[in-house]
Amino acid sequence: MGTLPELFAAWFASRGWAPRPHQLALLRAAQRGESALLVAPTGGGKTLAGFLPSLIDLHARPRDGLHTLYISPLKALAVDIARNLGAPVQEMGLPIRIETRTGDTPPNRRARQRVDPPHCLLTTPESLALLLTLPDAGTMFGGLGAVVVDEIHALAGSKRGDQLSLGLARLSVLAPAARRVGLSATVAHPDPLRCFLSPSGRAGDVALVLGEGGAEPRLDILLPEGRLPWGGHMGLASMPEVYRRIRGAGVTIVFVNTRAQAELCFQALWRLNDDNLPIGLHHGSLTVEQRRKVEAAMAAGRLRAVVATASLDLGIDWGAVDQVVQVGAPKGVARLLQRIGRANHRMDEASEAVLVPANRFEVIECVAARQAIAAHELDGEPPRPGGLDVLCQHILAVAVAGPFLPDDLYAEVIRAAPYAALPRRDFDDALRFVGDGGYALQSYDRFRRLFRDAEGRIHVKSAAVARQLRMNLGTIVETPLMKVKLRGGKLLGEVEEWFVSTLTPGDCFIFAGQLLRFEGLDALACIVSRGGEGEPRVPAYAGSRMPLTTYLAARVRAILHDPEAWRGLPEPVREWLRQQQRHSELPPADGLLVETFPRGEKWFLVAYCFEGRLAHQTLGMLVTRRMERLGMAPLGYLATDYVLAAWSAFEPRGVERLFEQDILGEELEEWMAESSLLRRTFRNIATIAGLIDKNQPGKENSGRQMTMNADLIYDVLRRHEPDHILLRATRQEAAAGLTDIARIGLLLARARAGGIRHRVLDHVSPLAVPALIEEGRTWVAGGAGDALLAEAEALVEEATGGAEMFRETLASVSEHLPPQGGRTRRPADRAPERRGRNARFIRSAPKNLGAPR
Amino acid sequence: MSAAPIHLAGQRLMLCPSGVLAWPAERLLVVADLHLEKGSSFAARGSLLPPYDTRETLERLALALRRWKPARLVLLGDSFHDRQGCARLPAGEAAALRRMLAGIEVVWLLGNHDPEPPEGLPGLAVAEWRLGKLLFRHIAEPGRLPPGVAELSGHFHPKASMPVRGGSVTRPCFLADSQRLLLPAFGAYTGGLDIRDPAVAALFPRGGRAFLLGRERLFSFPTGPLRGAMRALEAAG
Repeated sequence: MGTLPELFAAWFASRGWAPRPHQLALLRAAQRGESALLVAPTGGGKTLAGFLPSLIDLHARPRDGLHTLYISPLKALAVDIARNLGAPVQEMGLPIRIETRTGDTPPNRRARQRVDPPHCLLTTPESLALLLTLPDAGTMFGGLGAVVVDEIHALAGSKRGDQLSLGLARLSVLAPAARRVGLSATVAHPDPLRCFLSPSGRAGDVALVLGEGGAEPRLDILLPEGRLPWGGHMGLASMPEVYRRIRGAGVTIVFVNTRAQAELCFQALWRLNDDNLPIGLHHGSLTVEQRRKVEAAMAAGRLRAVVATASLDLGIDWGAVDQVVQVGAPKGVARLLQRIGRANHRMDEASEAVLVPANRFEVIECVAARQAIAAHELDGEPPRPGGLDVLCQHILAVAVAGPFLPDDLYAEVIRAAPYAALPRRDFDDALRFVGDGGYALQSYDRFRRLFRDAEGRIHVKSAAVARQLRMNLGTIVETPLMKVKLRGGKLLGEVEEWFVSTLTPGDCFIFAGQLLRFEGLDALACIVSRGGEGEPRVPAYAGSRMPLTTYLAARVRAILHDPEAWRGLPEPVREWLRQQQRHSELPPADGLLVETFPRGEKWFLVAYCFEGRLAHQTLGMLVTRRMERLGMAPLGYLATDYVLAAWSAFEPRGVERLFEQDILGEELEEWMAESSLLRRTFRNIATIAGLIDKNQPGKENSGRQMTMNADLIYDVLRRHEPDHILLRATRQEAAAGLTDIARIGLLLARARAGGIRHRVLDHVSPLAVPALIEEGRTWVAGGAGDALLAEAEALVEEATGGAEMFRETLASVSEHLPPQGGRTRRPADRAPERRGRNARFIRSAPKNLGAPR
Repeated sequence: MSAAPIHLAGQRLMLCPSGVLAWPAERLLVVADLHLEKGSSFAARGSLLPPYDTRETLERLALALRRWKPARLVLLGDSFHDRQGCARLPAGEAAALRRMLAGIEVVWLLGNHDPEPPEGLPGLAVAEWRLGKLLFRHIAEPGRLPPGVAELSGHFHPKASMPVRGGSVTRPCFLADSQRLLLPAFGAYTGGLDIRDPAVAALFPRGGRAFLLGRERLFSFPTGPLRGAMRALEAAG
């Protein structure tokens, strides 16, 4: 047991390898017919470990039909694995066919795979969901021996994960004998992943195999040569040092946190690029062809560096990456480790990584992350319940595959870990929703999508329903995007529609590494030309910046609080903290420090909450509502990952009342009713649940005014049936996840237990400066004149009753450069002082940066 | 809620933040693109939208009628989302609509969505209508209007974005120049078309003024002649 057959042993030996202990452990589990989760760092031969038992089984007992189903979050990964597995299979002469099936698989091959499936099928959660809607899914999967889920940590806890868990539950019914294998990067809590993988939803049914740790990564923190910046997130001041690092290494990945940052860093590096090093750009908004080109150049060793966002976090193994540079704070330990692991995919060699903090707080965050990695501690979010919208989609998908009994399906669904606690009432409501919309006003009887036969089994009503479901299957909802096209034809990529809506012809912006001038709209695209004058903007993307994790935030707080721990910090940061000690005090490890001080004509309130930007945004809304109620006349607020800053016309006194736990009551209810975040959540939920059709790429030519606007549905539904299942799902998701209510709850509890320390100061404290710089950059757009600002503020306030204040703040802090407000043609707007450091910098950058040579 | 006056062809018209237009001198109210029964139209095609849109739209219309107490109501077309929309009106809503129109002279302009007169509802159904110097159409006709005449139309569901600090606010809007006025769509399920879209912008070659709907009042800003529109005109000419 657990030893390799001769053929395999010889193959390992011919490569000069020995099977690793975790590979043998997985083999033993498989031979006992057990499911198993392998947790190991990158480069440990994880994928081979997952497949080895299948290859050995097929070698010992050759047979036809599908044997192993492999699921990965990325199409590219599936394709890459198929290629990598091909080598051992061919070299050992195994009678095994390996194929992929993704959105890119041509129809004739898909049809063939249904009739004559390969032994190993490599696919994605979405393609699996589609396969499961086929009437012959039972035949195809009936003989399945194993299901391998790769990068399972990246799927569990997301809606894609919810969908996959329901798909796995379905597979358990179709193929009860199939064991499961999960492959995960190092995580803080493997048990939720074991539950996720388990056919029963219980961790105990899944063996846990831990790979040996790789060599410790070598982590440097790189500071800019000159002054350490007080604020900003772009890290551009450090680009000369980053450039030197690129020059000194073979191949470098420069990871950044946002697409806007990617564009700016790319520009900055090329401006310094006297040696003409081939440096590329990779982010999710570029066209697929462009991304493939950069990936291919990287794989072929034709690039020295690539500036990338999360678009390269997962994915194919390039082997030859020598160092990883992380520009900007890492925000989470697990994510940082994943990124570091992209360098040197070999376990026994240390990964080389450089952290490049963009400001003083980020220096502390980087130090905290380095400590956490040295201590082998990771952050991890607790599991959350599965989405009702995904359940709705799944119910319809199951009905499309064939009739079912509701009792059976309910029993099946609650075996999926995310739905283990699903109340029967929610299941029944979801079923009703799928049937006829589930409205109290039952006017859609004749438009029903499902019907029940005499034996109580549920059927779909027509082939049209099945067609519609297949078109809309999946849980990834794109925000409305608009193509960016050069005048004369070439497609550059896509930006969010709202960004385009802020442009007037003649404005210029940076995208795809180029300076572009907005010319106008045509029916389908935003038309641009190269070049342009004036201050360029950078397209921002909603929600693309990760908030600081709770775990890392706690470490940052601990460092701040304890002067002993400052030894790891550079001198300018230590001096900054000492100044804070002198002028105010340091944020306590427990409790909450709140400072108030006058500045300009306003009063500022800065609360050192350390609960991440998303939680602070929500908190800001709640606190300013409470300030309003108490007559402090709040004027605005701003959230960073570390602090909440609010400003008001009158001095805030009795700040304890602003952070009482009951702000989660009334104020929250009010906010929930109006929040634009809830609208966005509803849009996603309505799309996934199948209420509105997904935007189909290439189908927009029917005219954009024809697509149904989810906001309108939300308003009507909220007024006429506030307890509808989709609104319940929206509130549940907003409360549990996106808006981080739980973190606010933690913070308020901490404030109550440890006490609120309110310091009234004469002027801004050193620790508050970074937030106020951000304030200065986003709110007081500079030189435009107070009248203009007041007018815009009055407009927003009046037009929306305050609801927009949140959206606006969200937009202005969620990406940066700030989208400049009040961009009229007034001369005041062109005043030089409103041009930030970045703007000056970009103007001198080359106008057209060609694709990497 | 405060309405904003605008002068067209020598007439004083009131733009109401609810999205209707009033002509006080004639005791006339104008409303565009109700798209009644849009929800059930989608439901028939498999999207089971909340079936409350007609109720919501009629409640809003009733408010506008109570406020302006017009003697005449002009509906600028696309009052129903499709040809069968009128027949699908639930009994309660149909009765409510008849009650609300009682005692009012109603003019239904025929739209591309509802090219036939609504059966069983009072009023005149015509393709185009004129009163004094004002011309009422479903779709504006490009090109010059006779001097002294102004055109009121719907169809495009105009919406506009106004830049504010840190982003922009998008709202349905009235869009006007000295001779032409587009009304925002009034229906609960009607989306919008950006006024920079060539189809709209081409109607206003010298620019115009947009009036965004707010909760209590309108927010207006001038729209310059747009490059995209100019190019479209060049291409057309």
